[in-house]
Amino acid sequence: MEAEKIISIDTKHYKENISRRNLAEKIFNVILLISVLFGLLMLTVLIIDIAVGGIAWVRPELFENYHSRKPENAGMKSAIAGSIIVILLTGLFSFPVGVGAAIYLEEYAPKNRLTDFINLNINNLAGVPSIVYGMLGLVVFGRMFGLFSKDSWFVNLFNIPIESGATGGWKFFLFDIPWLEIHLPFGRSMVAGALTMSLLILPIVIIASREAIRAVPPSIREGGYALGTTKWHVIGTLVLPIAFPGILTGMILSLSRAIGETAPLIIMGAFTYVPFLPKTVWDQFTVIPIQIYNWITLPQPEYRVHLAAAGILVLLVILFLMNGIAIYLRKKFEIKW
Amino acid sequence: MLRKNIVSLLLVLVISSLILAACSGSNATPAPSQPESNQSEPTEATISEPASSSELAILEGDVIVDGSSTVFPVTTAVAEEFALVAPNVRVSVGLSGTGGGFKVFCVGETDISDASRPIKDSEIEVCQSNGIEYVEFLVALDGLTVMVNPENDWLNEISAEQLAALLGASSTITKWSDLDPSYPEEEILFFIPDPDSGTRDYMTEVVEGVSGDEDLRQDENTTFSSDDNVLLDGIANEKYAFGFFGYAYYINNKDSVKAVPVVNGDGNAVLPSDETVQNGTYNPLSRPLFIYVNQNSLQTKPQVVEFVRFFFGPDGGPAIMSDVGYSMPPTGSYEANLGLLAGSIQ
Repeated sequence: MEAEKIISIDTKHYKENISRRNLAEKIFNVILLISVLFGLLMLTVLIIDIAVGGIAWVRPELFENYHSRKPENAGMKSAIAGSIIVILLTGLFSFPVGVGAAIYLEEYAPKNRLTDFINLNINNLAGVPSIVYGMLGLVVFGRMFGLFSKDSWFVNLFNIPIESGATGGWKFFLFDIPWLEIHLPFGRSMVAGALTMSLLILPIVIIASREAIRAVPPSIREGGYALGTTKWHVIGTLVLPIAFPGILTGMILSLSRAIGETAPLIIMGAFTYVPFLPKTVWDQFTVIPIQIYNWITLPQPEYRVHLAAAGILVLLVILFLMNGIAIYLRKKFEIKW
Repeated sequence: MLRKNIVSLLLVLVISSLILAACSGSNATPAPSQPESNQSEPTEATISEPASSSELAILEGDVIVDGSSTVFPVTTAVAEEFALVAPNVRVSVGLSGTGGGFKVFCVGETDISDASRPIKDSEIEVCQSNGIEYVEFLVALDGLTVMVNPENDWLNEISAEQLAALLGASSTITKWSDLDPSYPEEEILFFIPDPDSGTRDYMTEVVEGVSGDEDLRQDENTTFSSDDNVLLDGIANEKYAFGFFGYAYYINNKDSVKAVPVVNGDGNAVLPSDETVQNGTYNPLSRPLFIYVNQNSLQTKPQVVEFVRFFFGPDGGPAIMSDVGYSMPPTGSYEANLGLLAGSIQ
């Protein structure tokens, strides 16, 4: 009897408690759901808005033609080609440098003030406005401080043959290999654009790669050392393969950021109207965001409502594809413990 | 297994880079490798005589244009037509703005500079110090259009004095009734191009000519934008709005805004149109648009000469001007331009 009573009181108390906790649980769930839905809703509204305006204008002409004064003929063939080539080059330039820097900082760099200083600055660089990189790119890659302009001290000192004019400078074949053509300075070319973009994404690539390398359990490295291998051997055969999916993901997400950038490329000297496909990486170029920006500023509503929206759709599809590749690669190279 | 994957991935990367580089090589013209052989240097005959259509068809080379976003539609439309007769000439046009365009033009980085105002003395100095000579061509006229909301039924014309009183930096007008007691006592919302714009520079000049104000107003009722479409939307949605921008934006959006006739030097209120802008009766708000061509490019690059010649021929500017929303300069200007071109390539 006595025991039963005690139990029944406890149960009552317990039941009150649990209903209150359940309520709190439900409220919190709803709040979380709303936060998820908010982002999704905004994205959906944006995509629907753009799709309504632009889907009918995603037509063969968009991929076959260049910009035209007649909206019905206008396309962005050269912008699509420019974006793809610039992004490929950016990946090519930033992957080795970024991953190399990350390996050094994580595995080799001594812990001292200099390293701390470098770490701090890499994090700072990730927050620098992109337009600043455009100015840097213009001076360093586009003009190379005027070293290769006619009658500069450098040109006179080494007697470098300089071509004058808008696409001039010093042109030669590296090691006399027929396809390894080099133009100095890089001018307003895709090489200059890709290098500018590489500067822009390097801090992010380095940070992402370091995170991936740091996530490799120390026991793996120690296992390697226990077998008597060298440091580089451990890094090359154990650390990097395990960190590789993370590095790749960071790389592709950085490139996704780069493909949407407009300001640094405009400052660097990318063109807006380019009615031809590039023949070499030294050619003039434009990219999709610049083309979209240009269309938005034109007076005719067909450009700013429909064609700009169609351009955004193409850009979004390319972005989703790149992110899809990132997920696929991560899954493919992922190591299950 | 995993290592193999990575190696193959790296291999793909390397191979794709080689292919990319190889692509670039296979199509490259041989010229770039030998800087000393001046392949682009023309003979006297090809440059001073207009090229025949078959000569145009095989003409090659780059024409690098940069500058004003206002002139951009004209240059690109002409380039589009030019590509039909000279498919191998590659005309690239940038959008750096008039000032930005001159910055690169005066160091010799472009062949042609688009400008929505004449070159400034400070820019001339930079050109001279770099040994850049140039030729100025008048290519079109743009009628700055004064704009109000379609529901605005009180402002039926505006004089240069009223413009200066409304827009000058020293303006004390905040309500429509300040301009004329018979107008509604409502705050005016101003929509004005921002300081990077040549459109604004031109209006500033007009205001300065009337009242001596060296800048336009700047207060909480004034919205600045470099995008004419933002100004357009503002004026279309605010009943008490006032603003101005290029004629091309007006004719493409005639239903959403109302143009105000401007009282010209002869005392007549004139609406902007192709005709009134071209014959000069729409003043003082008609502004000239220019291209500046590098003299050295004219002498060494036949493709630049042909492009400029095409610009002022019957299939160039005159064929596209109404499409892009500007007016042809006064009759005879293009003939004069062709004469100027012939003179500068001799």
